[in-house]
Amino acid sequence: MSTNDNPKSREKAPAGQKAADWADGRVGLYNLAKSNLRKIFPDHWSFMLGEICLYSFIIIILTGVYLTLFFKPSMGEVVYHGSYVPLQGVRMSEAYESTLNISFDVRGGLLVRQIHHWAAIVFVAGMLVHMMRVFFTGAFRKPREINWTFGFLLLVMGMFDGFLGYSLPDDLLSGTGIRFMEGAVLSVPIVGTYLSFFLFGGQFPGFDVVPRFFTIHILLLPGIMLGLVVAHLILVVYHKHTQFPGPGKTNKNVVGMPLMPVYMAKAGGFFFVVFGVITLLSAIATVNPIWAYGPYRPDQVSTDAQPDWYMGFSEGLIRIMPGWEINFAGHTLVLGVFIPLIVFPLVLTAIAVYPFIESWVTGDKREHHLLDRPRNAPTRTGLGVAWISLYLILLVGGGNDLFATHFHLSINAITWVVRVSFFVLPPVAFIITKRICLGLQRRDREKVLHGRETGVIKRLPHGEFIEVHEPLPQGKVFELTAHDQPKPLEIGAEVDENGVVRKVKRTQKVRAKLSQAFYGEGSQIPKPTPQEHEEITSGHGHH
Amino acid sequence: MSSQDTPEENLPAEPPHGTDAEIAPSDALVPDPGLPPHLPRRQDIDERAAKRSERAVAGLFTLSMLATIGFIAGFVAIDVDKIIYVWPIGHISALNFTLGCTLGIALFAIGAGAVHWARTLMSDEEVVDERHPIEAPPEVRQRVIQDFRKGAGESQFGRRKLIRNTMFGALALVPLSGVVLLRDLGPLPGDKLRHTLWAKGKLLINQNTNEPMKPSDITVGSLTFAKPDGLEETAEDFQEQIAKAALMIVRLEPEDIKDKRELEWGHEGIVAFSKICTHVGCPISLYEQQTHHVLCPCHQSTFDLADGARVIFGPAGHALPQLRISVNSDGYLEALGDFTEPVGPSFWERG
Ligand code: HEM
Ligand code: FES
Repeated sequence: MSTNDNPKSREKAPAGQKAADWADGRVGLYNLAKSNLRKIFPDHWSFMLGEICLYSFIIIILTGVYLTLFFKPSMGEVVYHGSYVPLQGVRMSEAYESTLNISFDVRGGLLVRQIHHWAAIVFVAGMLVHMMRVFFTGAFRKPREINWTFGFLLLVMGMFDGFLGYSLPDDLLSGTGIRFMEGAVLSVPIVGTYLSFFLFGGQFPGFDVVPRFFTIHILLLPGIMLGLVVAHLILVVYHKHTQFPGPGKTNKNVVGMPLMPVYMAKAGGFFFVVFGVITLLSAIATVNPIWAYGPYRPDQVSTDAQPDWYMGFSEGLIRIMPGWEINFAGHTLVLGVFIPLIVFPLVLTAIAVYPFIESWVTGDKREHHLLDRPRNAPTRTGLGVAWISLYLILLVGGGNDLFATHFHLSINAITWVVRVSFFVLPPVAFIITKRICLGLQRRDREKVLHGRETGVIKRLPHGEFIEVHEPLPQGKVFELTAHDQPKPLEIGAEVDENGVVRKVKRTQKVRAKLSQAFYGEGSQIPKPTPQEHEEITSGHGHH
Repeated sequence: MSSQDTPEENLPAEPPHGTDAEIAPSDALVPDPGLPPHLPRRQDIDERAAKRSERAVAGLFTLSMLATIGFIAGFVAIDVDKIIYVWPIGHISALNFTLGCTLGIALFAIGAGAVHWARTLMSDEEVVDERHPIEAPPEVRQRVIQDFRKGAGESQFGRRKLIRNTMFGALALVPLSGVVLLRDLGPLPGDKLRHTLWAKGKLLINQNTNEPMKPSDITVGSLTFAKPDGLEETAEDFQEQIAKAALMIVRLEPEDIKDKRELEWGHEGIVAFSKICTHVGCPISLYEQQTHHVLCPCHQSTFDLADGARVIFGPAGHALPQLRISVNSDGYLEALGDFTEPVGPSFWERG
């Protein structure tokens, strides 16, 4: 591999190749590139969602570093004398003052601030949608469970880091968010008050919370996230990307374009597209105009206090919860705040643990590299939609005042609707989705058996009109029937034919029940059997 | 291997044979016809079309260069505080608009160029690559397990229990130092959440005028905000103090007040309540004079000021604390003491 012993070829080699030779001799570059330069990546629009997350994360880091050059993470009080006239002479923290300076005095500072904030919004939204695509296609199955978990941790940290980020400028809106956090921490039984005093370095608001959040926001969380992103991507490369079923695509191959050149150009280009779009967005749409809110004062509030969208569902939880408080033996259990505080991570965890529950129920230990079409996993798809419906209804709850004013409804009515929906909507969404999936499966079955509708109407001799059906090409039949249809688990008789009682563990019973629910009758439409297919196709194209 | 705990007959859709690493088979109705044949694009067969693509890509890259020059020119030429009107956005910063548009175009054009290049000129023939099971083959697994056993044996870890136990002990204890180090993150709460600056004889200072108030200054239907006398905005601990002491004052017709204690603690229908919401601490800011309700804008907790400020809607858990007030010898409103219960959000020790 090395050209050292061949001086002639060495002379002719272009400079790039010389550098590569140099690197190979030190870090084994060629062995590294051997299997990766022409690595195959399958193409599908939904596989770009992960890329959007990656690129917005890079944009966040680039713009964030720039912002640290000007931002002062201090709650020391100053009187403003900058160029934003309405606030001149107002007392404010240095954090708020420096954010005003970035917005009004540093040329381009406002743009970078806006890009940073927009990228954060896109980042979290991208992660959520990316997670949904991984969920609904079953991409989380073995061997990708760890990558699912890494991804989930990124989502949680991304949301949290976003919250810390918009808390930094110490404006009226962010201060209100921090106060909310104080209230939530105080509600924790037994240790809440202590936690709050440790967090704020004393009483709210104190002088410590902004500098502390700053360190977590720019160093601690991004550092961990960077490590996780790298691990996430290494695993994507190592596992090789999944692909949708189709002719020529099996569980043992991967079909697509090579990294060099197509994927490099597409993915590299897509980075610039994402960056460009976010920048244009920042040019025309203002996000978080902190100058309009004013500096934080614990006795003032801006009326339309709304967190960034990804915190909206926690806002919904806290708004719809009845104000339960239990006083006993000189103590207060603040259930009205503490329950939402607990339910918030539970809602997130519910989706995170699903892959592990599914794999336990199916007992499936095989590797899966072909994606499921969502309709072919009706229970999973139904549960996913149920989760989304819960998330959305909580978002509605979080914006109950907006809905009330826009649609002229009473807040009371909306709150009750959201409270009831919180319990009722997910099951309803589950049932409806499952039915739709089964309907689609039935349609696939029809198509396989009776062919595609051509839209051509034929009149039979006795006057009946029928639509001409055209048999599907082999590739399509293959695609529509390539999926697995797991059989539900049977425990078998608890007493065998000799009358011997076999002990069945409780967990086994639960597992069998769940398996029935997942794959039993009514949870999937059987694929046509070869005989059925034979009968139809050997006869005539249609009924 | 890992399915030992599963009795044979319970395995659903059991893989036909062998190892856990088995890659899921397909049981499609028809045999896999293989990849469809590759269809050439216009650009693959028509050099003129390919040339057009080339020009489009180069055009996009050139546009990017121009936009970057535009960015630099805008940075130098436009004043940072210039405001312009752009339809339909409205009045916005000229510099931000220019820099954002030029930079956005400069970036987007590079991306669009690269993607167009990849889609129209680079080979679009799909390539097939093999997958190999992630799991190691049994020989490798055996080998590693043996290596591990050997290493563990040589360390005598399992044999010398004393070493093992003390090592676990030491490793378990040492993080305690880290926990202890966090102690000075903040002072202990003590009774700080129970007290505010209000005390007997403290005048109520109107936050708008910064003057003490006479009962006649408080009119029916208005919401007045007050702070304790002596608390100046310039004070070091102003934020901490106002976060607890913020007060709102209303005047009701005494006969409208349903709560007996509320009437007693006020002065001729003038009553003072904590402004800090008992839910999670937002300042209350909206007053509806017909119903005597105040509303917290954060999560819409609503309190009835004519009835001891009890919660009538929303997530707040208890009534707003009332401050006992009176009029001093000079005719100014004054506090008769501190709040008798903690203001703001509830906490464990509140009781
Ligand atoms: C910082 C945030 C994230 C980044 C930068 C990121 C990036 C990526 C990229 C570039 C891919 C390959 C392309 C694709 O399938 O879209 C990928 C795949 C994957 N991601 Fe993420 N992701 C993030 C968050 C998440 C989250 C929140 C989850 C789910 C909880 C997740 C789970 C997965 C899984 C299981 C795969 C493998 C998919 C497959 O091979 O089909 N990721 N990720
Ligand atoms: S803080 Fe007032 S309702 Fe939540």
